[in-house]
Amino acid sequence: MKIDFVVAQMPGVQRPDLERWILNEWVKPDAGCGDYEFCEIDVARARLIRDLRDDLDVNEEALPVVLLLLDQLYDLRRRLHDISAAIDQTVPMDVLADLVGHLAKRKRDSGDWQPLPTSR
Amino acid sequence: MPDLDDPYKTLGVKRDASQDAIRKAFRKLAKKHHPDLNPGNAKAEELFKNASNANELLSDPEKRGQFDRGEIDAVGHERQPTYREQADGEAGRRYSRASGQPSEWSDDALSDLFGSMFNDVRRPAEARRAPGHDERFSLTAEFLHAVTGATNRLTLPDGRVLDVKIPAGTLEGQVLRLQGQGGAGYSGGPSGDALIEIHIAPHAFYTRSGQDIRLDLPVSLAEAVLGGEILVPTPTGPVRMKIAPGSDSGTELRLRGRGVPAHGPQLAGQLYVKLRVVIGAPDTALEEFLRSWKPEHPSNPRQAMEKK
Repeated sequence: MKIDFVVAQMPGVQRPDLERWILNEWVKPDAGCGDYEFCEIDVARARLIRDLRDDLDVNEEALPVVLLLLDQLYDLRRRLHDISAAIDQTVPMDVLADLVGHLAKRKRDSGDWQPLPTSR
Repeated sequence: MPDLDDPYKTLGVKRDASQDAIRKAFRKLAKKHHPDLNPGNAKAEELFKNASNANELLSDPEKRGQFDRGEIDAVGHERQPTYREQADGEAGRRYSRASGQPSEWSDDALSDLFGSMFNDVRRPAEARRAPGHDERFSLTAEFLHAVTGATNRLTLPDGRVLDVKIPAGTLEGQVLRLQGQGGAGYSGGPSGDALIEIHIAPHAFYTRSGQDIRLDLPVSLAEAVLGGEILVPTPTGPVRMKIAPGSDSGTELRLRGRGVPAHGPQLAGQLYVKLRVVIGAPDTALEEFLRSWKPEHPSNPRQAMEKK
């Protein structure tokens, strides 16, 4: 996807906004032959930045921190997915059952894991 | 309240419902909420509309497929993938903040998340090969076994039986190492050693200091006064020993080489024999003799203790 196409399907975002985000490396489309080529994740990220800015009032000064934390969070989530896939592939059923039992016990034992009271 | 984002829930059918089941579910809802049957009921009208939309989408196999794959939403609009859907997958690596090669599970990445949990697992079995741990046991040996040497049988807590060769001259607290009799090795490594700490039980009449052995030897009054040859027990068997006439209680005699036998660089120790005069049972003749006895050289044995 080219930048004009991305801007066209993203209400509330002007081309200079997107170019500034790219310059700040908040969005990292592939740069080839002087033109940007956006992947789906780049578009989704631009939309996320727009939502943060316009709907959640995260101004552009605070954005780098928010993005850094989000990126770390997703690094961690991908690692957890890796682990979960690896466990799925390698761990025998009985060990898996032990693991689940242990986690469930932990959940019961620890106050932190109590479900929040439902508010009316 | 039906979930507007999910036409399956709107119709109350499972995701793998057949076309027939979908049609039936829709008809049931349509009969219930049809505007002609519920005149003036706005809620019914809306429910009917929702059901119609859901039915329209799910009864078209192409649209249903698109919805199932997440390409369109419940209203049939092309759906834009959320950032989470993108970032959770492979595409998300583009924005990774992890140092190094983000797709790889480096040792650093593992230890960052799990501490040392995977340290051992990552190394090949060869590298993990390690000798077993040494195991400590203790064995109480008889006094004479520790002096002259012996083989003692030791039963370990795990039921194994070890024949422990106690060398001559073994000292209290000395540790014997039995190679390969300790804990099993790891990944094909050699077994550890069994370390046997030797304790020595006290003897009824011998005591020991290093290579030398001491013995309190009871002698009769006659033997002490008259002297002569007596038989003295030693760790290696009884030997004859001469005692001089008039040997007092407490006189110490030395039997050279009759202590702990020579072993290794150690020379044989001495056996020190301390005489202890035993009067024995009351004896009338002895008493009568002593009453009439006039010592040649009268003396007070406690003279040294008396105050001047």
